[in-house]
Amino acid sequence: MAKSLVAEFTKGLWKEIPPFRLVLGLCPTLGVTSSMKNGIGMGLATTFVLVCANILVSALRKVIPSKVRIACFIIIIATFVIIVELTMQAYAYTLYLDLGVFIPLIVVNCIVLGRAEAFASKNGLVRSAADGLGIGIGFTLSLASLGAIRELLGTGSLKGDVFGMLPYDISNIFGTSFEPFAFAVQAPGAFIALGLMLCVMNLIPSK
Amino acid sequence: MGEMIKMVVVLTLLSVISGGGLKWYEEFTKPKIENEEMKLVKGPALLQIMAGAENNPVEQRFKVKVADTEQTIFVGKFDGKLNTIALETQVNGFADKVGLMVAINTDNNTLKGIGVTTSKETPGLGGNAKADPSFAAQFKDKSIDKEIKVTNDGGEINAISGATITSRAVCKGTMQAIEEYNEIKPQILEKIKSLDK
Repeated sequence: MAKSLVAEFTKGLWKEIPPFRLVLGLCPTLGVTSSMKNGIGMGLATTFVLVCANILVSALRKVIPSKVRIACFIIIIATFVIIVELTMQAYAYTLYLDLGVFIPLIVVNCIVLGRAEAFASKNGLVRSAADGLGIGIGFTLSLASLGAIRELLGTGSLKGDVFGMLPYDISNIFGTSFEPFAFAVQAPGAFIALGLMLCVMNLIPSK
Repeated sequence: MGEMIKMVVVLTLLSVISGGGLKWYEEFTKPKIENEEMKLVKGPALLQIMAGAENNPVEQRFKVKVADTEQTIFVGKFDGKLNTIALETQVNGFADKVGLMVAINTDNNTLKGIGVTTSKETPGLGGNAKADPSFAAQFKDKSIDKEIKVTNDGGEINAISGATITSRAVCKGTMQAIEEYNEIKPQILEKIKSLDK
């Protein structure tokens, strides 16, 4: 039954990648992926919350009474979310303006609560950390790829940076005569891009 | 019974630790966030409503005590005189608090202009209070002695279509700022005098 640490980590990257395989956490997936930069930022913020909340929930799993466990999980998760929010305001304010209300909404992100309830409250500290990190990175990759597709189709180029580091800039990948689908970066484009990604993921067997 | 006590104790402890820790962290990040806000949110709005100022209103600011809080006052220089001040206020909008920067000409008691600094209003509707400059432009040169209202309420401001609540909120916020200004006017004028020298 017990899987290796590596398996706990890698399952989040492919077999149980949250938005595409589990179809969880769709609200931020649809909401913030208008560019790759926002997707990465949101993904990393969620990863931080996931890992920290998983570690703390796992460490406290024997102390927390089962009747009020959800309330306790929410307190733990909310604490880390506010830390992320304040940090982002202090060090990456423009990203904070772009992500806006989606950062506080990580509190009710079903991925985070789901991992706390389904995994961290039953498993040890190291395994919970590996699980959180795996799922978090999987989520980041999903948001980044979805964001990249939408940004490429919607503007014809990829531009941005990750928290002020690692700048990337690919312009006019389709040639200068390319007419961007402005539609792809708007809200309905999110549904269509996500639908296509789900379709592709379902074509590839999960094992 | 024992479980009951345990539940209460665990929940209380968690809340206290989390609340205390966050308060500390908030204090720690506060100056940095204020700087960033000044640079990226308040700065641009301020420069827009104080366009043509001969000084930099973002840098020429001071704090005045209002009741228990401190209000930051920005001073703009026009025609060689420090005759315009701006202050920020917050008002309940449709979705969340709307931040407003209100600039007042202290010589003839008119509005120099207003600008929305922070808003989470619906994009395309209430969000236009910030995105569409023509709404805020209506406030320019209005007297601060008369109540500012939307046309629906018998005033002169044309509300943004589909966003009456936001439009009302902006009017209310402007009045709020004016009230606050009237309250601390003597202190402001005194401070400006000392700055002028």
